[in-house]
Amino acid sequence: MELSFTQGRWNYESWGGFDPIPSSNAKPPGVELWAVFDAPQHLIDALWKNLTHTLSGLFCASINFLESSTAYSAPEWSFPPASGKLRYGTLPREAVCTENLTPWLKLLPCRDKAGISMLLDRPSIYRGFYHSQRLHLTSTGSGSEGMDPGIILEQTLTVVLQPDSQRASLAHASEKHIQPSWSLSSIFGKQISGRCVLAETSNVYFLLDMGLVAELEHIHKENEKSEEYVLISEKFWNNPSFELSAKPDRIFIEESSLLSKNASVLYKFEIEKYGESEPFDLGLFWKTPVVWLCQQAPLHANRFLMGSGNERGAIAISLKSTQSSEGFMGSNSNDERCELRVDVFQVVPWYVKVYFHSLQVFVDQQPKAVSDIIEKIHVSPSKDKVSPGVMELVLTLPCSVSSAVLTIEFDKGFLHIDEYPPDANQGFDIPSAIVSFPDFHARMVFLENDSLNKSPEKSPVMSYTEVLLVPLTTPDFSMPYNVITITCTVFALYFGSLLNALRRRVAEEERFLKDKG
Amino acid sequence: MAETKEKSLSDKKPKPRVRPIVRLGIFLISHSFHVSVVCCTAGVLALFLLPVLAKNTYISENALMPGSASPMLSNQHVSDGNRLVKDLTNPNSKSSETGIESHKIIAQYMLDLGAEVSFHKFHPQMNQFHPLHFFSSPDSGKIQENYSCSSYGINTVGIIRAPRGDGKEAIVLVTPYNALKSGFGEALSLGIAYSVFSLLTQVTWLAKDIIWLVADSQYGEYAAVAAWLREYQTPKFSSLSTPNAEMCPDVNNLFELKGHSISGSKFSNSFRRAGTMAAALVLKVRDQNEQFEDTISIYAEASNGQMPNLDLINVVNYLAVHRQGLRVNVEKLWSLLNSSWLKSLGEIFESLAKVAKSLYPKWKFGIPATEYVEGTATLASSLYYQALGVPTGPHGAFRDYQVDAITLEISPKFSLDKVWRNDILLRGGRLIEGVIRSVNNLLEKFHQSFFLYLLTSPSKFVSVGVYMIAFALLIAPLPMVAASLYVDANSSSNCSKGDSSTPSAITDTDEHSIAIRSWRWLNSAKLVFIVHLWGAIVSLLPYFISQIPDCSPTTSFMIWVLLSILSLLTLNSVLASPLACAKATQEKEWALVKSVTISSVFIGLGLMSVINFATAEIGALLMVPMCLLAQPLKLDVRAGTLRSFCRMICNLVLGHIAFPPAAFFLLKGMLDGFGNANVGDFWMWVESLWAWNSATYLFIGMVQLPCWVLCISILFHTC
Repeated sequence: MELSFTQGRWNYESWGGFDPIPSSNAKPPGVELWAVFDAPQHLIDALWKNLTHTLSGLFCASINFLESSTAYSAPEWSFPPASGKLRYGTLPREAVCTENLTPWLKLLPCRDKAGISMLLDRPSIYRGFYHSQRLHLTSTGSGSEGMDPGIILEQTLTVVLQPDSQRASLAHASEKHIQPSWSLSSIFGKQISGRCVLAETSNVYFLLDMGLVAELEHIHKENEKSEEYVLISEKFWNNPSFELSAKPDRIFIEESSLLSKNASVLYKFEIEKYGESEPFDLGLFWKTPVVWLCQQAPLHANRFLMGSGNERGAIAISLKSTQSSEGFMGSNSNDERCELRVDVFQVVPWYVKVYFHSLQVFVDQQPKAVSDIIEKIHVSPSKDKVSPGVMELVLTLPCSVSSAVLTIEFDKGFLHIDEYPPDANQGFDIPSAIVSFPDFHARMVFLENDSLNKSPEKSPVMSYTEVLLVPLTTPDFSMPYNVITITCTVFALYFGSLLNALRRRVAEEERFLKDKG
Repeated sequence: MAETKEKSLSDKKPKPRVRPIVRLGIFLISHSFHVSVVCCTAGVLALFLLPVLAKNTYISENALMPGSASPMLSNQHVSDGNRLVKDLTNPNSKSSETGIESHKIIAQYMLDLGAEVSFHKFHPQMNQFHPLHFFSSPDSGKIQENYSCSSYGINTVGIIRAPRGDGKEAIVLVTPYNALKSGFGEALSLGIAYSVFSLLTQVTWLAKDIIWLVADSQYGEYAAVAAWLREYQTPKFSSLSTPNAEMCPDVNNLFELKGHSISGSKFSNSFRRAGTMAAALVLKVRDQNEQFEDTISIYAEASNGQMPNLDLINVVNYLAVHRQGLRVNVEKLWSLLNSSWLKSLGEIFESLAKVAKSLYPKWKFGIPATEYVEGTATLASSLYYQALGVPTGPHGAFRDYQVDAITLEISPKFSLDKVWRNDILLRGGRLIEGVIRSVNNLLEKFHQSFFLYLLTSPSKFVSVGVYMIAFALLIAPLPMVAASLYVDANSSSNCSKGDSSTPSAITDTDEHSIAIRSWRWLNSAKLVFIVHLWGAIVSLLPYFISQIPDCSPTTSFMIWVLLSILSLLTLNSVLASPLACAKATQEKEWALVKSVTISSVFIGLGLMSVINFATAEIGALLMVPMCLLAQPLKLDVRAGTLRSFCRMICNLVLGHIAFPPAAFFLLKGMLDGFGNANVGDFWMWVESLWAWNSATYLFIGMVQLPCWVLCISILFHTC
């Protein structure tokens, strides 16, 4: 089960889209929840409802809106932990705030009173560009050997912050542009004083991105410093380009990167050594300006609406190849039939009535037959007021592709008057589509003497597209009064004249009058 | 009187009691002449009363909160903007022939702010007449084969992503800029936009993305904005023409330079998008001006008289007047300002209001005469531009996609030296910032305030509920007169029949003839239908005429007139031949024709008032009197009384005025003077109407012209 609360957008272009961090921690805005149930099929929906209500209570969020069958879907195979027992739902409009963070912190053994979590100063977190809190629960079945049956809880908080009006990230500490120097205390306004007593390990890792390392080496070579591999040397934390305020306890270098030349560098700081008297405060001071690019996913996914008016429109998902992807392609481009597999998973609410037959594919601005590109498709059409429409696609694109566009048309439906939310005139959200690249795995393996391996699990590279806003026709909500008056008038006139016509016999009346006369 | 006497007579006899609603109807029909006179004068009077009845505008949407936050635009941003202005007006930047240099400068400035930048290359699309494209939604445009490398424009687009927003909505800021021959005003408008843009990259309150579009206006401001919007809303993915365009050396050159700029990641030559557009502002600065104050003009009319939400205008007006001390203008018909009859009318209203106030102090509806004159001038121009159906600026392109947009044109008072330039940059920038902040506050799209209104001043408006009264009064007599004419025509022939035969003996043949007679209106209906069919043909003709190469407007117009007459004669000879024999027998034929004409005009006006009110109102002013007064000239000559003589004169005058080209020339003459009127002008005007898909064109072709022809045919009816 995984639950995430996110505010802001992950900027795939400048914050990267290939590392484990964006692939697993970049989430769509709002709430996203998925769960795999180990239960018979017919029980799953009921269990899902239970789960949503429980989580809703736990996290002070309106997750219980996911309970209705219009809000969640059951992807068959496109969502990574693919199985038929998966349920997936998102609430793009959920506002995320401290009231969601506090319950999340309560699950930590020391809350935010000790250890790294002391850094979580609310104002500074919520001032950032992006923050996403994630809760990942996996149950280790009793069957697996050597493990006690139990549940593993993994809590992740991803924050992108800006030191002095520029941006950086705590997680991978990438910086931009003029590179303002930063330190933990300047970003968070707090320092770490000692670890949480209950924690077994408490480490701060500091990652130099692959691109950055390459750039730094380049600068070194230009400077003719002749020190071949300064990066690994212990003195690296005090090198010509930047300076770290604390001495790292250990340095790891990524082992098997796809680009053989460069490797990311990871610094490890053990919090145990620091205490009240000597608080841990990592700082980075730049000496020379460096510009680097984060590693990109093979294709940059973008989604937008087409058309105007209140009647119909179209959704377009455009995939554009990023420069860095040529490197990936390079390795297998010798192969003639080099293909890039892309999975697309899209949920649309029922009031956006998608016509699946209108799916069109354009590769490099040329229309292609759908069957040429799409290897596998699974569609479950929406049912009005019952279930959302789900579209799962497996695309196989040639490696040399520079752009691909999927378009699908839809009609805008009408809602019943009491189904409109209070801010109906804003429009309605279409949840993010998930674009994943199963051929690529976001992982980093670090060479280490000890047994500890970071990110051992293989997760495919995933990216979420933007949430879309569809303006639907909204009634004038002051209308009921007018409608009531008008219909009453019409009814009165209609029944009045009808009764009149039925009651009166004209011929008889005339005869009566004649008799009288 | 005769009626009442008859009624009193008939009351003595036991007669079937008629229900009141029917009795009222009969009463109205029988007094249709008086009723129509009263209604028409009331309608015209109500139209002139509109400036008096105008209400003050108010901000209806609470979420807008204009001016609640103090402006954050500081001198720092102003000097940033000034730097851009200097760089752009620098003669070095104009060395390049295509003006690409200045686009590069703008893009570089945007990049330095950390915005995402892209260029949008477009080919100006010639407006073409598509006979069936009225009211259809804008399509993605045809692929034109013969694009040449030389004719393309470049829009520079910068996008700021709201740091904490979810990117679902966007606000668009447009500054038209012609790189080839830009005046100082255009550079200044870019400066204002840049200073706002540089502020917005730093603020934390942004919830919607900001798009700054520098529209290349060398092919017209509207074309550039429309091309960008087309690409934004209805892109074509399978474009065959792009490879051609990519081959053009200039374009590649343009992209090359950007490639090695410092933050390359932010620039891409692909088209960039943000979410659904919430509102759009077009900003212009006028070069020369004769104003005594810093003024800001608001242009709001989009195609077919569509208006943006009134709240948008309110916010601009509120912020400009109460925060930045700018004077706000809306378009006026200047020629009306000096007209003495309007002034005297205003004085009459003013004195009437005084009298009313002295009678009962709570009646306060009067406005000073000068204000009345100004209000009327503004109202007239509001009506005129809405009726024309041609957008008054690049904002019109947005309205086609249901985005509320207005054009703001700042005209500074002093010569643009350093100090005053800074002042204008600061105030203009703060105004734009305030408007953007207000729109940014909006949770929902604009929906609270009015969409159907006429402005009488920037802070006064007439809503649909009020101005419809004038129109309704004007067209109310039409069905009544039609009914009374029909009844007259039938009864009179009945009477003549009754005289000849004895009233007691009603035979079968008579009943049969009555049945035929009651269906006689079908003949007239056929005539009316044929004329309307002809109107449709006439309005299609320009499409074929425009295919003829090398035609001056005058000759095109002549061809059009000739073809129209020819087609009328052919249609008449082919379809209307059985009418001739029917005409001979019916002496009251013209009355039936008139009755059917009037009902068709009523339907046409009613339909048009839904599509474009202003057109319908102006059309009604011309057509209603003409329809009501039309009577065969022979009858009037025969009667020889003063009244019929007056009617004859009126008929002749109206018959001339209501002819669409005549009305056009009259209007043009009134506005510009008769000296430079040319026959070809009308053709040009018509061309511009159909190029903008104006419904007014359809109205003229299919309602007004047939109506005029029918009225003329009634005038010259041989009876």
